[in-house]
Amino acid sequence: MLILECPCCGITAEETEFHGGGEAHLKRFGPDSEDKDFENYLFMRENPKGVHFERWRHNNGCGKWFHAARCTMTLEVFGTYSAQTYEPPKALCDAISAKRPGWSWGAFS
Amino acid sequence: MSNLVSALDKATDSSGIAVIEEMGLQGMITLRGDLSAESVKIASTSVTGVEMPAQNMANHAGASGICWMSTDELLILCPYDGVADTLAKMHKLLGDTHSLAVDVSDARACLRVSGPNAREVMAKLAPVDLAPEGFSVGMFRRTRLAQVAAAFWIVDAQTFQIVCFRSNAQYVFDVLNVAAQSGSEVGFFK
Repeated sequence: MLILECPCCGITAEETEFHGGGEAHLKRFGPDSEDKDFENYLFMRENPKGVHFERWRHNNGCGKWFHAARCTMTLEVFGTYSAQTYEPPKALCDAISAKRPGWSWGAFS
Repeated sequence: MSNLVSALDKATDSSGIAVIEEMGLQGMITLRGDLSAESVKIASTSVTGVEMPAQNMANHAGASGICWMSTDELLILCPYDGVADTLAKMHKLLGDTHSLAVDVSDARACLRVSGPNAREVMAKLAPVDLAPEGFSVGMFRRTRLAQVAAAFWIVDAQTFQIVCFRSNAQYVFDVLNVAAQSGSEVGFFK
């Protein structure tokens, strides 16, 4: 079971108070984009063993979306951060590097 | 005028280890906006007569109060009869501030759990640290009770007040009764 801290309201709760929203930092390709880009956007997902970035919503609490970084293997939560960003904060990436040297995920490492 | 009744019409069950009661009609106004805006603060504090609560807290005075719901939402409590007046007053005070104030009294239900085991009954249903030092008077928590969303706070050491959706009122009442059935004391907080 994951224990997440909502960065919006500051509540720390277990995962049943939240709802997972899938992979984080997807870039949308809509009408007029290349078929390949659209296919990637719609269907292609990371499936890592280890560091993973996800969107979560505090749906039984303040109702806000946020991002979380966690390990898919140990379920360790590295941290949560605002939804209003295109990339994980540097401090969080550094903290992950300290625990999982050499990690990479999508365009981040 | 039709006869106004609350979701469960003040149903009470005291057969278990805590008394579960539906509170009857309670005026509730949802206010969304920038909580740091002066007009939002004035609109909420002047109609309730209580201070602006801090994050995850609530201030109450009788049937009136302000509950912190999220970074851009407050729940204003007021007497049911006065909702229309209160709302009109708030709209006037909010002026053209970007905000939304709506009467949600009939969309919600209020329940109370009271007795020496009230804390225990709540702890069985909500994924919240309800140890006395972890959750105390003045705190306000939006969470779930078994399978439905609910919010609650402590009125006094032996009383919890719950706000849930009106359509979930019967479920919450029933699930509280199951959690409070006689002989089901755990004794964890003693």
